[in-house]
Parts: sequence; structure tokens; C-alpha cells
Amino acid sequence: MMVALRRERGMRREEIEHLFRHDGGRVLATLIRLVGDFEVAEEVLQEAFAAALEQWSAVPDNPRAWLVNVGRHKAIDRIRRQMRLRAKRPFLEAEAALAGDALPLEPDDDSLSDDMLRLIFICCHPALNMETRVALTLRAVCGLTTEAVARAFLVSEDAMAQRLVRAKAKIRGARIPYETPDPDRLDERLEGVLAVIYLVFSEGYAGTSGESLTRENLSREAIRLARLLDELLPGRAEIAGLLALMLLHDARRSARASAEGDIILLEDQDRSLWDEVQIGEGLQLIERALRAPGRPSSYTVQAAIAALHARARRHEDTDWPQIVGLYEVLMRLSPSPVVELNHAAAVAMVDGPARALDLIDALIGRGELEAYHLLPAVRGNLLSRLGRREEAKSAYTQALALAKLEPERRLMARRLAELD
Amino acid sequence: MQYLLLIYANEAEAAKMGDAGRKEMMSEYQTFTQSIIKSGNFKGGDALQATANATTVRVRNGKAMTTDGPFAETREQLGGYYLIEAKDLDEATAIAARVPSAKFGSIEVRPVMVYS
Repeated sequence: MMVALRRERGMRREEIEHLFRHDGGRVLATLIRLVGDFEVAEEVLQEAFAAALEQWSAVPDNPRAWLVNVGRHKAIDRIRRQMRLRAKRPFLEAEAALAGDALPLEPDDDSLSDDMLRLIFICCHPALNMETRVALTLRAVCGLTTEAVARAFLVSEDAMAQRLVRAKAKIRGARIPYETPDPDRLDERLEGVLAVIYLVFSEGYAGTSGESLTRENLSREAIRLARLLDELLPGRAEIAGLLALMLLHDARRSARASAEGDIILLEDQDRSLWDEVQIGEGLQLIERALRAPGRPSSYTVQAAIAALHARARRHEDTDWPQIVGLYEVLMRLSPSPVVELNHAAAVAMVDGPARALDLIDALIGRGELEAYHLLPAVRGNLLSRLGRREEAKSAYTQALALAKLEPERRLMARRLAELD
Repeated sequence: MQYLLLIYANEAEAAKMGDAGRKEMMSEYQTFTQSIIKSGNFKGGDALQATANATTVRVRNGKAMTTDGPFAETREQLGGYYLIEAKDLDEATAIAARVPSAKFGSIEVRPVMVYS
């Protein structure tokens, strides 16, 4: 915040900053529509919060509407200043549009929600590259500071600021519309938004490198985004599916690593540490997603797999035949070598390691996943179960060489040591 | 707002297209062009001769140098363009997706610079 002064009886700065984090996105969303420019809207939003910091002794009844109105007036002031400087006619029009009484003085929640949806879709527009979509979404929709976004993606604050400036320049220059997509493009565009959210989640969930705290926050932001989207576009099965998938994975967070930061595999996890509330919510969402007509999204199928793991009280209670079946569905819906690898690992639990090994060797034969350490890791596990110790050791050695993150390397080294 | 749709495709592949294929392509282009004239989006457009007939000129140290061919070797070559009027990028990309060559080549959508 730019204003350092704080009134003695004024609200605490933290309260307003909390409001900024929580409602900043929605206020920004409406200001972009009113002002017609992303960058100017961000600036007047900052000014509106500075004004709040100075003037509020308590939160007004409708803080969002207060902030929108103040931001709007700040924008009108700017236009008047520019008019005086340049004496150009076109600004009159812009001013009239901003000050016009067609605008509700107390924006109702519906119009704020529509604006929020517009903001999400513009931040995730396919004309921007993936990294930029993720950064812009975290900055504008989630209200993270540029510094926090930079830290989460391990780039300098300057580089991140530059990336955001270029994105806004493209939005303005190429005239990327501030609209929710037409119905005939909505499915495709929504898929793009979900991909951004899942990427944010995965960055946070990989959580084994960098500052663990920051990364954990990313997963939480992704869940928050999916909840918001589910609220704004109610009844969409693919949103429920993604939200379920993230909740179910995230529910295992505290069981996934030891106090020393070592990876604990699913079969060895202390299931009493799993977050029951989150699992319950995830299971309900899957029910909803599966009841929807049409074929399920790949997120829903992945969530259904996660749900079968979540439902098993003990590892040996896991319903592997059904998991194999779901992986087969997934291979048809969105084929990828990683899905095939997971399918093979599940097959090992039903038909035994020999059959799974055939599937994996077929993958290797096609030259897939050559740099992916989990391929030799799964292979090593199967070989050791078949009693082929030397071959298992060489597979784990290969996995160790390919693993990049420290906890993964330690796990591979442990497996190797167990074979000695 | 005006956008230039730059139509890129592989010339070698296009050369392999038979007479029937070429005729069908021409008729698809005619239909498309008529439709954007009718909708008011069309501002101009042309097909270009092959890069074999292209010449590149550059001036270095005050001296003009003329060379054969396009500036860079690429997999796809510029084969034509449309200049269109569209309300925003989404309308422009929707029109670009209807350019017949988009099915095998690619259409680069470039906003035209506005000086104010």
C-alpha cells in the first residue's frame, strides 16, 4: 500500500490488506470493465485501497461497492487531468461513459460476479502464453503481489513485472476482449482456464523443491480458484471434477512426507493423517460430476481414481480392479504415456508384476518417457517383486540418475540400498 | 480495429496438390472471401506468387543488396493475406479459423498498428 499514514482510530492495516487479498480481484474485475484498461484499473484500485486505509474507521456496509466507486472517480480525475493536458475531444466520451448514470452506484453482486468471470477468462486467454496466463491469474484474480508470484515461479521480481507488463500491453494492443466467451467457444475456453488452475495446483503439489510454504500456498490458491469458478459457472461437471481431484490429492498432503522431508509413498502413508473433511467434500463433488450427462472429463476420471484410494481404510483394501478400469477409460479420453505408466502400475496389483512389466517394456520400446525417472522406478519395483534383483538395481540406478528433486533422489537411493 | 491475417503454408506440399485439389481450394477461398465481404469484415487481400519468385532487398552501409528468395528459410511460407476489420481479437481469430488454408497451414493474426 502506498499510504504510510494510519489514523489513530482507523482500521488496522492488516484488516484492509485482508480485504484486498479477498475482494481485490472482484473490485479490479469491475474497474477494468468501467475503465476499459487493465493497467489503469490496477492503478486506480491501488488508489482506492489507499483511500480506504486513510478514511475507514470501520468497514462500510458494502466495501466492494465503495472501492469500485472510489476507483471510478479516481479514473474520472485522471481523464480530466489528461484532458487539460492534451485538450483532446475523445476523452469527453470516455468521461461520459464513466460518469454516466446508467452505471449502478451500488453494483449488485451479480454484475460483480460477471466481471470476475470476465477477468478469469481474459487472464487465461489462449492468445497469452501459458506462463503468462498463470502469472496474470495469480496476480489479478488471486490478488497475490508481483513479488509473491515471482517467488513461486523462482524468477526475479523484475522479470515477473516485465512479463505482466507485456501481457497487459498485448491485451490492449491486440484488443483481447473483456468478455466471457460465446457459448460455442465456452467449452474450449473453460478447458483452458482449468488447465491454468491445475498447473497452479501441480506447481504447489510437487512441493518438494523451493520454499515449501510458498508452494503449498499455490495449491490452496488453485483450490480457491476452482471453488470460485464453480460458484460463477454453476453446474459444470468438469469444474466439479477438477475441484474434487485437487481436494482429494491435497487431503493427503501431511501424510506424503516425513518430518525429514522424505517422500512417503501411498502404500506406506499413515491414513489417519488424511484430511477427512476434504475427502468428504471431494467424494460429494465426484458424485455430482459423474451424474452429469455426457462423457466425463479426464479430471473427473482422475478424481474417481483418487477417490478409490481415499476410500480404502488400509492400502490392502484398495479396489485395484476398478482403478485399472478407470485408467483404461482415461487412456481413451486423454491418452498419454504417463497415464499408460500409471495403468501398468495398477495392473501389477491385479494381474501381477509380470504382466505389468510387459506393458512397461512396450512403452520403452516406443521410446516414450525416456527422461522420466518414474518409468525406471516402477520397472525396478516390478523387477524386484519378480526376484530379478540385478535388473532391479540397474533400473533404480537409472531412476536415480534421472530424478531431479532431492527427496526423489533419496527415495531411489533407499530402494537401491534395500536391494543390497 | 484492423487485423492482418497472414496465411502460411508449406509450398512444397501445396505444389503436390493435383488440379482437382487446387480447384476445390480456389472455390473454398471464393466462398470464404464472399462471406467476409458480405459480413463487412473484408478490407483487402491477395494471394502471393511462390517464394521461388521472391526477391529480398536490404540496405547495409548505404548499399542496396538484392538477393534471391525470402529472408529466412522456414517450414511454412507466406502465401497470401487478408486485411480485415473485427471488433476484437476473438472475432479476428474466429475469422482466421475459417480461412481454408488454416486446415493444413497456419494463420498469423497481427493487429494493425494504430497511431494516435
